[in-house]
Amino acid sequence: MHGVSPDPTDIDQTVRRASRPTDNDIIEAIVESGQHGAPTATADGVTDGESGREHARDAVRDATHGDDQARPAGGASVSILPVAANRRRRRPPDDPRRSDVDEWGRSEHMRSIVRRLYNPMYRYWFRVEWEGLEKIPTDGGALLIANHAGAIPPDAPAIMHGIEEELGRPVYGLADYFFRTVPVVGTLWSRTGGVPAHPDNAYRLLHDQHQLALVFPEGTKATSKTYSDRYRLRRFGRGGFVEIAMKAGVPVIPIAVVGAEESMPILFRMGGVAKALNLPYFPVTANSLVLGPLGYVTYLPAKIKLRVLDPITFDVEPGLERYSRSRVMDEAEAVRAKLQDALHDMLRERRSVWFG
Amino acid sequence: MGRRVLITGLDTFWGGRMAQALELEPDVEMILGLGTNDPKVPLERTEFVRSDQKYSILSRIVRATQVDTIVHTFLETNSIGVSSRVLHEINVIGTLNLLAAAGSAGSSVRQVVIKSSAHIYGASESDPTWFREDSRRTSPVRNRLERSLIEVESLVRDFTVDNPHLVVTVLRFAHVLGTDIITPISYDLRRRVLPAIVGFDPLVQFIEEDDVVRALEFATGKQLPGVYNVAGAGKLPWSEVASIGGAHLLPLSPFRPQAFAAPLRRAGVIQFPPEMESFVRFGRGLDTSRFASTGFEYRYTSAGAVESFARANNLRRATGSGSGAPEYRYEQEVEQFFRHSPAVVRGIDG
Repeated sequence: MHGVSPDPTDIDQTVRRASRPTDNDIIEAIVESGQHGAPTATADGVTDGESGREHARDAVRDATHGDDQARPAGGASVSILPVAANRRRRRPPDDPRRSDVDEWGRSEHMRSIVRRLYNPMYRYWFRVEWEGLEKIPTDGGALLIANHAGAIPPDAPAIMHGIEEELGRPVYGLADYFFRTVPVVGTLWSRTGGVPAHPDNAYRLLHDQHQLALVFPEGTKATSKTYSDRYRLRRFGRGGFVEIAMKAGVPVIPIAVVGAEESMPILFRMGGVAKALNLPYFPVTANSLVLGPLGYVTYLPAKIKLRVLDPITFDVEPGLERYSRSRVMDEAEAVRAKLQDALHDMLRERRSVWFG
Repeated sequence: MGRRVLITGLDTFWGGRMAQALELEPDVEMILGLGTNDPKVPLERTEFVRSDQKYSILSRIVRATQVDTIVHTFLETNSIGVSSRVLHEINVIGTLNLLAAAGSAGSSVRQVVIKSSAHIYGASESDPTWFREDSRRTSPVRNRLERSLIEVESLVRDFTVDNPHLVVTVLRFAHVLGTDIITPISYDLRRRVLPAIVGFDPLVQFIEEDDVVRALEFATGKQLPGVYNVAGAGKLPWSEVASIGGAHLLPLSPFRPQAFAAPLRRAGVIQFPPEMESFVRFGRGLDTSRFASTGFEYRYTSAGAVESFARANNLRRATGSGSGAPEYRYEQEVEQFFRHSPAVVRGIDG
C-alpha cells in the first residue's frame, strides 16, 4: 500500500513511519487513506471563514511533509511577546499576513514546534497506545469526548498529538475560559489549538468548518478529584456536548483514557491557597511530595492507553434552536455509562500502571 | 423625487466622508450636513448648517427640508480628550434629540442609519470568539465610553419599537484603520509603538475606512432594518498588527496596565483609553455573517485594513500627507457662491 503513492513527499513519510516502533497495520491503512482523503474532503467543505479550510489543508501538509520542514520561511517577527509565531508557508505577494495564526488563534507552525517537542514524551515517557483509531473519521466534523484526569491533565495533549500525527488532521481542544486570563499560558494554549469552550465556538468548528473538536464534559470536576476517586467519572455537566452534537449534526466519539490518573495523582487539595492565588483548585500531588515544586512540571511515567469507542449519532433533526432537555440528559448519561464501562474494561485488562 | 439625506457630524471625519460618497449618487437629490465646526473636506453640493452638539434646532430643520433619511455618524468612539460631560452630551443627548426630531408628528423621515461601534460588546475572557448581533455582553460595563454607547443603542431600540413604520439601521463597526482616520490605534502606530500587555496576544479584527463609508452607503441605499456587525474578514494577532503597521510593541504590565501607560499617555506618546485595556488583553471578534448575507462586499480584510494604514503611513512619512491630497480649508463665501450664485452654470461637470 505504501509503494503506490505517486507523490514523492510520501516517501520520507513512509521511511519515517517505518522507523516507528509500534504502529500496527490497521492504523497504517487509516493513515494512508487519511492523507489522501482529507485534502479533498476539506476542500469540499462549506467553510465561511476563509482560513478554516486553508489551515486544515496546511495541517495535512504538515503531517505529510514531516517535522523537518517546519522551520519558518519568513523573517524574524518584531514581537517582544514570547509566543508570536512566524509565517511558515509561502504567501502570495498581495497577502498582508505575516503569521499563520488562524481565526481561532491556532498556528500550524507553533503546533508543529510543540509536536516536535512533545513527541519524545508521547513515545518514550507515556508510551501512548491507541486502540480503534480507525473509528475517528478522516473528514467531516466530529465531537471527541474523553475522561479527564491528573492535576495538570496530560490527556488533552496526548489525544491531540496522537490524532494529528496519525490522521494528519487538526484537533481543536475546547477548554475553560480560565486559561485565557493567564499571561503567556493562555496565548500559548490558543496558538497550539486551544479554543474557549463556548457553545457557539463548538458549533462553528463542527458544523461550519467540519473540524474535530475535543471536549472533556466533566471539566475541572475531574482534574481536581483526588486519587481515591480515580476512574470514577464525574457528572457530565448539563449535557451541553450532546446538544451541540445534535445541533451540528455530527457524531460524538468517546475516547477512554487510562493512565492519566496515575501520571499526576492528587493527594489532597488546598482550598485556601487556591482562593488566594485565584485558581480553580490547588492540588498537592504525589509528584510534588517527591520532587517539590518540580513535581508540578513532571509527570510520573504511567503508561497511557487510549481506546476510541464507537461513534454515537443522534436520531434528531440538526440545526434546531433547542432540544428536549430530558432527551439531552438521557443521551449524555448513556454516553457517560459507555465510557465508564470501557474504563472498567480497560482496567480489568491492565497488569501494571507503568507497563500497561 | 430623489432622496433627501441629513448627515450629522459633517465637520467630523465620518460625516465628511459620508457626504462626499453620497454626492456621487445620482438619486440623492439633497444632502444636508450638520456640524459644530467648518467642514474639513471639499464638498460639491452638500449644504452645511452650523448647530450645537445637541441639535436643538433639529426638528425645525427636518420639517423645513423634508429629509427622508438621517445618517447619524456623529458618535464619539474614543474617550481620550473628551470629558465625561461632553461625551454624554454628544452621544446620548445628541442621539436623543435626533431621534425625537425624526419621530415627531408630521416628520418626513423614513430611515435612520446609526454608526455604532463594537465597543458595546466589551471584551472579557468569557466572551464567545465571535459576537453575534444578539449576543449579550459577558462583562460588566467599566468605562464611560461603552456606557454611553450602550445607552445610545438602548435609545435606538426604543425608537425602533415606537416607530415601526421607519427603517432603523444600526451598524456596529470593528476598530477602523485606513489611510487618514485617527483612532487610538492609528495614533499609536503613527508613533511606531503599540501598547500590548505582556503575555497576551489577542486576536483582533479591523475594518478599512473606505469600507465603513461603503457599508453606511450600502445600508442607506438598501433600506436594511436591524442591527449588523461590520468587520473585515479574518482575524489577526495583536503582535501582527504591530509588525504589519511597522511599529514596536510597547510592553505593559499584566497588572494595572493603565497605571504604566498613564505617564506616556499624558506625554502624548500613546493613546491608550480605558476601553482599550480589556481589548488588548482578550481581543474581540464579530460574527459578520448577517451583514454578509445582505450582499455587501468588503474591499479589505482585517489584515488588509492594517496594510492600507501602513502604506499610507509610509507615504505620510515621505511627503507629510497620507493620501497625497492637498489640505482643504472651508470658506463660507466661496462655498455659498458655487452653490447658489446665478452666475454659476450648473450641470456641466461634477
